[in-house]
Amino acid sequence: MLDRRERRVPGEAGIWVFIFGELLVFGLLFGAFVYQRAERVAVFDEGRRSLDTTLGVLNTLVLLSSSLFVVFGVRAVRDGVSTHGAVFFALAWLCGLAFVLDKFVEYSELTGAGNTPGTNAFFMYFYLLTGIHLLHVVIGMCVLGFLWRKARPAGVRRPDIRALENGASYWHMVELLWLVLFALLYLMG
Amino acid sequence: MRSLLRTSATPVWAMLVLGTAASCWLGPAYGSQSGRTLATTTVLTIAFVKVWLVGREFMELRRAPAVLRLLFDGWIVLVYGSLTGIYLAA
Repeated sequence: MLDRRERRVPGEAGIWVFIFGELLVFGLLFGAFVYQRAERVAVFDEGRRSLDTTLGVLNTLVLLSSSLFVVFGVRAVRDGVSTHGAVFFALAWLCGLAFVLDKFVEYSELTGAGNTPGTNAFFMYFYLLTGIHLLHVVIGMCVLGFLWRKARPAGVRRPDIRALENGASYWHMVELLWLVLFALLYLMG
Repeated sequence: MRSLLRTSATPVWAMLVLGTAASCWLGPAYGSQSGRTLATTTVLTIAFVKVWLVGREFMELRRAPAVLRLLFDGWIVLVYGSLTGIYLAA
């Protein structure tokens, strides 16, 4: 059990205000999806069966791995292992790129099969939710680029741990939102 | 480097991967209506346990002040409860 004085906010308070704002908005979107699903179970089940679960699993695994790399990166900079931090943030960025490419393949397959946002309510929500999340991933990749720059040997002489923690917390939020999206879109029956 | 890889984050990552595998195995495995309902509520439960683990271990909320942990756990309970409630009420 940690002493009260040993407890600290990871990053700055402002990033947590932002994160909780995002969580509230996504919470409402998740609720809207499940509510709409309850109204049209057959349409949503059919839509879900059209998805390639393997691509969803791959995206989950790359985001989980990217988060682990970010954890290692932050700890490496804290421990003063300068070059390792930058390597881990670069690996996390590559995982982000793999996520984007996977989504591109998935969107291409779905639209090729005639499943567009106008097809039905399931696909309207699918593209809306995954599209907003994808935008967060792309922003997160810019953040990871910033973390990589901060963690390079030239940047860690005076390590800005708070800035690293802010960026890391944002990336972990992007990952945890995907964990819920994956369950709702690909597995809910 | 080796000490870096031996942090608590590594077994947590393994648990998250196992949770994902368990969800995938359960997800399409339902047959009857009650089987579907049980599988889906279990998948949702696993998803939010994974979210809790990410917050606690990766976002370092384990070492954060109580108010931050309460807000995060409160969000999980609220969203998990609402989604499960709407699903079961349908």
